[in-house]
Amino acid sequence: MFRSRIRGLRLGVSLGELGVMIMKPGKLAFPARATILICLVVAISAMCMAGCSKKATVSLPKERTPLVLATTTSTADTGLLSAINPAFEAKYPYQVKTIAVGTGEALKLGEKKEADVLLVHARSSEDKFMADGFGTRRLDVMYNDFVLVGPKEDPAGIKGLKPEEALAKVAAEGKPFVTRGDDSGTHKKEKELWKAAGVKAEGAWYISTGQGMGATLKVASEKRGYTLTDRGTYLATKSLELEIIVEKHPSLLNPYGVIEVKGAKNAEGAKAYADFITSAEGQKIIAEFGKDKFGQPLFFPSAAK
Amino acid sequence: MGSIVDAFVQALRLLASLDAEVVGIAVLSLRVSGTATAISIILGIPAGISLALNRFPGRNLVLGLVNTGMGLPPVVVGLVVSMFFWRSGPFGFLEIMYTPTIMVVAQVLIAFPLVTGLTFAAIQQLNPRLRLQALALGASKFQALVLLMREARLPMLAAIMAGFGGVVSEVGAVMMVGGNIEGQTRVLTTAMVLESRKGNFEIALALGILLLTLSFLVNFALTWIQQKGARKWTGL
Repeated sequence: MFRSRIRGLRLGVSLGELGVMIMKPGKLAFPARATILICLVVAISAMCMAGCSKKATVSLPKERTPLVLATTTSTADTGLLSAINPAFEAKYPYQVKTIAVGTGEALKLGEKKEADVLLVHARSSEDKFMADGFGTRRLDVMYNDFVLVGPKEDPAGIKGLKPEEALAKVAAEGKPFVTRGDDSGTHKKEKELWKAAGVKAEGAWYISTGQGMGATLKVASEKRGYTLTDRGTYLATKSLELEIIVEKHPSLLNPYGVIEVKGAKNAEGAKAYADFITSAEGQKIIAEFGKDKFGQPLFFPSAAK
Repeated sequence: MGSIVDAFVQALRLLASLDAEVVGIAVLSLRVSGTATAISIILGIPAGISLALNRFPGRNLVLGLVNTGMGLPPVVVGLVVSMFFWRSGPFGFLEIMYTPTIMVVAQVLIAFPLVTGLTFAAIQQLNPRLRLQALALGASKFQALVLLMREARLPMLAAIMAGFGGVVSEVGAVMMVGGNIEGQTRVLTTAMVLESRKGNFEIALALGILLLTLSFLVNFALTWIQQKGARKWTGL
């Protein structure tokens, strides 16, 4: 500490002198001035960088083991993880590194053991993941629900219909329907619904963005189309010209599960995370989340007691 | 290590099959980025030359802006263009959001400063007496300009390559303004993001190889033109 103070002082003096030299053009030839200027910039940026790295080491104690969590964009986009992870980190000696991707990629990352723990929502794929022996444990965590949103005028006239009937009518009328088309949990749910509706979704009216929920909602809003979204992302995405058209139907429930990856690098951390998120404390955070900001909870806890 | 080799093998197999969808995506990539580069050349080369040859108040400010523009983050371009062209934005009435047209607009904003800045540098590194001498020997202003462009053709072709390379490889702007819509605005870079998100890393890699191959072919053609006109350094 003392040493660096002296160094800083010395540097300060020499910087001052340099400044004087630069300010008095007569003293030095141009190339020399340019060199000094460059040295100054380098020195200042080096000092800034030293300062930054010092701060970074203060906030991240070394003894924390990283825990890689692969999850879907919905948990991160809505801000739920920002509520859960700090509470988890306060209790356990791990540092959660969140990778927010589609459920498809999250499961793939689990297969490759790139992630220690998964928080995903695609029940059939999760069951397959477990059956193939990639996970040690899968627990129910919570659920939220999907809603079918569309333009206020409801051009296909589907308000009040069951989700499957509504989709069939959108297809029959050829009104734009925007899909994520990215193998995410939401996309998988949508495919289930199309199957139940007995419609093959293809054609100019079926617009596939291959992007996350927020971007897809924006495209639907611009194209005046319908789309299937989780309620949380719909509420959290601003400036949309979309309204909820079909909601609150059993086939629109969206269960989330937590999976510990078998043979993961940080298996202990994965177990701790699964235990925490299904504990009374974790479940309470989930139940409370979103009430203040959206006036309603976005997720409903469902862990077995 | 094994999985990387597997990915490469699968990538090559996918390329060999010449899937119609992949071809469509590749063609759109070349069309959008090619058009954007062409427009940037038409606008950027005159802009770069006039910046190099003229002195006017605020010139250094303009140069500073151009040089900053050369490092413009595509995501920023995408965001700003989106805000202007969304329905709620001032140009929303044009309804060109999520079409190839708007992708060209965004990419021009990325490539134009690159072409302008590098053209400026190419002209400025010439000996200033060259132009004076040409004029003194009776060349018209236009002839002197042609002479300068001929002299600077090597770095100017490099400017074109930098512009094309900058836009064909960017993903941030085309993703935001194009929307990555299947069969309409999906290009190679956005398709790669999508496939990796799905966990199809092999297909993503295959698309990456395809992108690099196309980019190489375009640059190889430009390099060939460039080097044909280069002075030979051998035998000195």
